[in-house]
Amino acid sequence: MTLFSLVAQRVSTDGWIVIAGSLCAIAAALPGCFLVLRRLSMLGDAISHAVLPGLAVAFLVSGSRDSTSMFVGAVLVGLLTALLTELIRRYGNVDEGASMGVVFTSLFALGLLLIVQAADHVDLDPSCVLYGSIEQLLPPPFDSWTILGAAVPRVVVMLAIVATVNLLLIVLLYKEFKIAAFDSSLATTSGIRSGVLHYLLMAMVAVTAVASFETVGNILVVAMFVVPPATALLLTDRLGRMLLLAPLLGVVSAVVGHTSAIALPRAFGMPSVSTAGMMAVAAGILFTLAAMFSPRHGVVVRNVRRLILSQQILGEDILGTLYRAAEINSSATLTTAELGEKLLATPRAIWLSQLLGRWRGFLRHTPRGLQLTETGASHASDLVRSHRLWEQYLDEQAGVASERLHASAERLEHYTDLALRRQLDEQTSTQSTDPHGREIPPERQN
Amino acid sequence: MATLGHAATMPVVAADSPSTVRLVDPSQTIDWGRLVLLRDYNTRVVVLGTCFLGVGAGVVGSFTLLRKRALTADALSHATLPGIALAFIIATLAGGDGKQLSLLLLGAATTGTLGVLSILAIRRTTHIKEDAALGIVLSVFFGAGAVLMTLIPKLPRGNAAGLEGFIYGKTASMLDSDAQLIAGVSIMCLVACLLLGKELRLLCFDQAYASAAGFSVTLLDVLLMTMVVAITIVGLQAVGLVLVIALLVTPPAAARFWTEQLSGMTIIAGLIGGASGTVGSLVSAAFPRLPSGPMIVLVAAAMFAFSAMAGAKRGIIWRILRRSQVNSRIALEHLLRGVYEIAEQNQATPIQDAATSLATLVRHRSWTTRQLRQVIRRAQRKGFVRWSADDKVQLTSIGLREAARLTRQHRLWELYLVNYAEVATARVDRGADDIEHVLEASTIDRLEELLETHRPTMVPASPHHIDPLTNEHGTTQ
Repeated sequence: MTLFSLVAQRVSTDGWIVIAGSLCAIAAALPGCFLVLRRLSMLGDAISHAVLPGLAVAFLVSGSRDSTSMFVGAVLVGLLTALLTELIRRYGNVDEGASMGVVFTSLFALGLLLIVQAADHVDLDPSCVLYGSIEQLLPPPFDSWTILGAAVPRVVVMLAIVATVNLLLIVLLYKEFKIAAFDSSLATTSGIRSGVLHYLLMAMVAVTAVASFETVGNILVVAMFVVPPATALLLTDRLGRMLLLAPLLGVVSAVVGHTSAIALPRAFGMPSVSTAGMMAVAAGILFTLAAMFSPRHGVVVRNVRRLILSQQILGEDILGTLYRAAEINSSATLTTAELGEKLLATPRAIWLSQLLGRWRGFLRHTPRGLQLTETGASHASDLVRSHRLWEQYLDEQAGVASERLHASAERLEHYTDLALRRQLDEQTSTQSTDPHGREIPPERQN
Repeated sequence: MATLGHAATMPVVAADSPSTVRLVDPSQTIDWGRLVLLRDYNTRVVVLGTCFLGVGAGVVGSFTLLRKRALTADALSHATLPGIALAFIIATLAGGDGKQLSLLLLGAATTGTLGVLSILAIRRTTHIKEDAALGIVLSVFFGAGAVLMTLIPKLPRGNAAGLEGFIYGKTASMLDSDAQLIAGVSIMCLVACLLLGKELRLLCFDQAYASAAGFSVTLLDVLLMTMVVAITIVGLQAVGLVLVIALLVTPPAAARFWTEQLSGMTIIAGLIGGASGTVGSLVSAAFPRLPSGPMIVLVAAAMFAFSAMAGAKRGIIWRILRRSQVNSRIALEHLLRGVYEIAEQNQATPIQDAATSLATLVRHRSWTTRQLRQVIRRAQRKGFVRWSADDKVQLTSIGLREAARLTRQHRLWELYLVNYAEVATARVDRGADDIEHVLEASTIDRLEELLETHRPTMVPASPHHIDPLTNEHGTTQ
């Protein structure tokens, strides 16, 4: 008794469902990455819909649910979809989306028609085609193959084979797929047959779609093709990492999907719901989370970053404004209302900024308004020095018109550090006033 | 209020409705007259309903096709499933009739719209491209729908039978009120397209100009999408959620082959859509084993295939014919110029007497002997060349005039390129070779003016060295 059979015998029905779902997710996510990158996602959808007539023809020809003929028929029709779409697009000058729409709906209609004709001979439930029926497939006694002395469900074996083949193809042809995905003309000039690669990818998509139609159904396999790769694309900008992340995210969706399909309805006193559907929903939730919180591209992250930056800039602007007021009258104060008017900021933004400024010890609250503390004044002097050095530089070296100096310097002052100030000082004349005639504060001594 | 009937023509769902499979008695003959004249009330309702649906979908689909949003309908129709299921569940839990059509359609419209909005949100806020956004919305919403559908049979009093009709369609059991709803929505869409034709045209062809001219692109897009949602929703129960996409995509794509005019395209798309609906449902009424949803789509697909081949403007057959005509004219012109230029090189004999052997001509251009023989046969039929006694090609007098004219055009263009475009002499032959066939008389006049060669019969000398393939032995000097 091998270790494998020991493990395999202890896998429960739920275990097999999760394994089948995960394998399906892995098999689909690998070619899916290239579909998403090459903007062919909807071709995945088209192929998986069009698989139906292939299955129907195989039923009619062989008269049984023989998996080999089903497989071959469906894969052939899948490839035919890609081929017809391309032909109509090229020779008919039809927009890609439209030509896809024409091809797959026609093939789907043909499939439905054929199934009706075959309905007397074979039993094929179309809702199983659409949703998949992983739950009905796997409870024992499942249709199984014996591998290494253990009974493994046929679906799991098939998906494992497809996933392995997809993985092998992508590992072996990684460089070729990469070049063809990002620069197909470069691929062609480097002697890579990008047409062959395209149809190889389509074949992978078709095989995967057929292999998973029993598990997740032909529409939900689109979720496995597109959603995890798109999520991965939000999380990383590198192809290698994307190819690792996408299957991983797919597996997480499968596990979370099945768990919640059982656990969630039970919490409301309901029996379990469609696992394949929940897998798609879980993948969708992961995508939404990534779209919100991805470190680089997340919407929330980007907005928070922008908010922090604008707060920082406003805080510095408050310091600069108070410094300039103090230049005229050393005991000058400004109320928050006055600051808001000068800096075109909302009262709430000013209130938040001055709170932060006081917390950091830059600002002091006096009965007449806000005033700079000593540390605040020295920070403000850096800023104002940067500002005026920039004005001097832009005037002398870049020949910017005098009325436009302030606006440019106002933007640049926030990104100017000590080293840049030194450089600016070196490149400008030794004059100690800026072009508007105001004194440039000296560099702090510490 | 209309309720969803239980009867489905699709024996596919026979699992829970075995009685609906209409078995055909082979001895029963079809009364075609009765069928085509729509004497049967049920057939009349179905045919009218699908016809209106086809017309409305064809017209609305024309705009989405030109806006390159053909597949949005795909995502949208899949996104209606959770709405249908949710409406059913809520209605059932509230104690009402879950199959109330208006409620189900409201649910479908809600999640369908939500799906379209999600696509827009993904496209605006992330760098995920349109196609992936469509795929994500389509599959995730459909997944949610699948989850909700599995809940329905487990509800108290929940009976999902009839809901499959939304996925696969159930045309044959269309009720009077369903057909009225479809007709109403289609007519509303037609009126909207008619009233806003100019604005929608701008939206499709020049979005930037539309917004500069003061039209709200967002508002127009929303309007277009609303029409797509409306057509999809009413089409759902007629042909099902996968096949309704076909009605929005296929007729407009077919119409595109017939015309280059937007108004013409919408009319033709409407006609093709209406015809598909009518013919498809009629055929299905005649042969009960052919379900109407797929039949309508297959008729539309057949019309698409026919249009793609024979369409007057962009049909593949005409395009191939036109191209082969141009190609054969170009080959003929090449032959005449070739014979002329070779004869010109051989200064011993005057051009009209010079004859060129086939072997020399084959070497002159990149053509095979077979192609050359074909061209010569054509030229012979037109009376431009004849075979001389020693089996050589010789120009006739009209052939000579034509050849001189062509060579002159070619050289005028070469001279123009050399003198005005400053193209190196060694490279002008190629440039002139492409354009000599399409030069118009007025262009030739301009060239003559520019180059000051006012002698219409004179062929100017070639500005470049003509490769001396005239050498009978084929050796280059």
